Amino acid sequence: MIFIRRRVMNYALTQLSPGQGACIAALHAAEALQHRLAALGFRIGKRITMVRRAAFDGPLHVRIDQTDIIIRRVDAACVELRPATDTHSSVAAS
Amino acid sequence: MKRIALLGMPNTGKSTLFNRITGASARVGNWPGVTVDLLAAKLLIAGQMAEIVDLPGIYDLHGYSDDEKLVRHFLETQPIDLLLIAVNAMQLERQLILAMQLASLGKASVIAVNMIDEARHAGLGIDTERLSAGLNLPVVAISAKYGQGQAELMAAVAAKLPQAALPSGKMAAEAASRLAEDDSFEVRSAELVAAAVDVPHLLPERFSDRLDRVLMHNVFGLPLFFIAMFFVFAGVFWLGAPIQDVLKNAFDWFGEALLKPLLAPLPELLRGFLIDGLYGGISTVAAFVPVVVLFFFFMAVVEDSGYLSRAAYLMDALMARLGLDGRSFVMLLMGFGCNVPALMGTRVMRSRALRLLSMLIIPFSLCSARLQVFIFIIAALFSPHAAPWVLMSLYLMSFATAFGTALIFGRGKAFRSEEPFVIELPPYRFPTLRQVWMRGWLEVRHFLLRATKIIVAGVVLVWLLTHLPVGVEAASADSYAGYLGRWMQPILSPLGIDEKLTIALIFGFVAKEVVIGALAVIYGLEGSALTEHIAGSLSLIQAYSFMLFCLIYTPCLSTIATLKAESRSLKFAALAVAWPLALAWCASFVFYQVALRLTGQ
Ligand SMILES: Nc1nc2c(ncn2[C@@H]2O[C@H](COP(=O)(O)OP(=O)(O)OP(=O)(O)O)[C@@H](O)[C@H]2O)c(=O)[nH]1
Ligand SMILES: [Mg+2]
Repeated sequence: MIFIRRRVMNYALTQLSPGQGACIAALHAAEALQHRLAALGFRIGKRITMVRRAAFDGPLHVRIDQTDIIIRRVDAACVELRPATDTHSSVAAS
Repeated sequence: MKRIALLGMPNTGKSTLFNRITGASARVGNWPGVTVDLLAAKLLIAGQMAEIVDLPGIYDLHGYSDDEKLVRHFLETQPIDLLLIAVNAMQLERQLILAMQLASLGKASVIAVNMIDEARHAGLGIDTERLSAGLNLPVVAISAKYGQGQAELMAAVAAKLPQAALPSGKMAAEAASRLAEDDSFEVRSAELVAAAVDVPHLLPERFSDRLDRVLMHNVFGLPLFFIAMFFVFAGVFWLGAPIQDVLKNAFDWFGEALLKPLLAPLPELLRGFLIDGLYGGISTVAAFVPVVVLFFFFMAVVEDSGYLSRAAYLMDALMARLGLDGRSFVMLLMGFGCNVPALMGTRVMRSRALRLLSMLIIPFSLCSARLQVFIFIIAALFSPHAAPWVLMSLYLMSFATAFGTALIFGRGKAFRSEEPFVIELPPYRFPTLRQVWMRGWLEVRHFLLRATKIIVAGVVLVWLLTHLPVGVEAASADSYAGYLGRWMQPILSPLGIDEKLTIALIFGFVAKEVVIGALAVIYGLEGSALTEHIAGSLSLIQAYSFMLFCLIYTPCLSTIATLKAESRSLKFAALAVAWPLALAWCASFVFYQVALRLTGQ
């Protein structure tokens, strides 16, 4: 999935390191994935935290509100983030 | 009769709720996508007969995987009077969006905010009255697992049900098309939750987070998985083998002390048929019932703990390289119970190629029926010390053959997929004793069902084959079984599998439980006499080769039927039968010949 860097500040979900949080800026997924992501809580403006990253380029474990999600890196690449606006401390563990 | 449909996202507790209100025993598990088929039960609500239908969970109404299609098809074609919508109290904001979509279909709807126990534990305050006013629907907070709010929920359902008395129209197609507009729902849901849910400023650290730091660890995670697996199977063996022993002896005694004298007046052939055939075969298999129940107690705990999703996370990197994903691995684990539900569990996959490849590898999963055969042989031949390791090696072989198959076939065009992998990770949960007990009981019932049909038929057939034509010595070279075995010998003797074992294997094609029953009948022995005889007549290498073959070749007829039904392709089903047969032969051949050479025999 190709991710277009529109603003200098924005980055892909894959770049978040464990414990860090950010806000979802855009989703660049194909329709089916877009629907699934939306249903799992990936919505514009939502805060997302990286909990952990699996070894051997395995999937990512992220958290949105009270929902924990496992997502492959290729699929996470289509989630565009912008730095979180608030300084809310993250609940994430790792 | 009224019809109520249970809807909601996967893993919200619909089946738990269904079981609680109807007393049914639908399968429950802490994994999104346990229910993949419809299940209906009848219930008296306010003096009126109603049918409640438990459906697979759905994330939205746009999906095209087989389980999602099933739900949509049901909604579009069946008359439904009321939608009972389950949402997870911890995840209201995103789950209410689906609830609103469903409610907008124009049916009478009731919303059950489930898992209220978890929400309370986390300190969430949920104002159901406010939610109810905002949604203009009855909203009841419940805990399907522990029973809170059940009475209120049923009252709300009873109150809504008569309103649905309009001619139970089928859902209009245009109503479904309206679903595209979920953006407004998103805003409304966020507002509603902000107003009605009181989230504590600082959420307490969850138990799951602490446990995950160990179990999902990049270095320790996988080793811990295999260690846990070893202990589960060793546990089943250590606890199960002695129970099986006791039962075996009890059956033995019953046959010797009661049945034999009782049947003494009968003609010899008939007596032989009843005692050595029917009784011997069935009691040998029946002695394994406690082992199977025990095993399913363990399975229930594992499936309900939420660990399966962790296993998916840990294994996805490897599975991705095999052209599969973490869910395929979870289905392999579920296949340890029985391959059939695991095959059906692949319905959640949207890509047909991914689904087919997963279905091709699931039959290698060492199911509980094969476990019985292995425990039987291992207990007879190997020292108690070595036994768990031998059993574990078979489980590892089961993974190895599954992965190897994916590696070989995954390159083929029909099996290449690019399905996204995004799944929920539910918190750890612990099953209630009732849930565990129900699972065990379910398996006993299932076993009895099979026993009365397939196992009896198999045992009878084996007896006939080994004792006909009339007058031959049982299972001798002149019996039909002898002919059959001899005819197969050129193929199976290079694997160390003799005529008698061959007969057992042929019947194992129908169902693996029959293998043990068949051995009892073929050798004309039961109980400890049978175990001793097998220990005396088989070398360890032969036994292991036999077990390898048993593990890899076609699991049973039900699995084949499921493969055919789920793939809707005869060609695929044929491949899924032929390939394991070929692989079983090669694996046993290589093992037997190499082991013979190495031991200098
Ligand atoms: N704490 C708690 N756990 C619950 C409750 N209801 C269900 N569960 C657990 O949630 C998990 C999912 O339950 P299921 O009934 O299988 O969920 P489902 O909605 O049928 O799931 P699918 O069939 O996959 O769509 C299981 O581990 C249940 O034990 C509840 O009220 N409280
Ligand atoms: Mg269910």
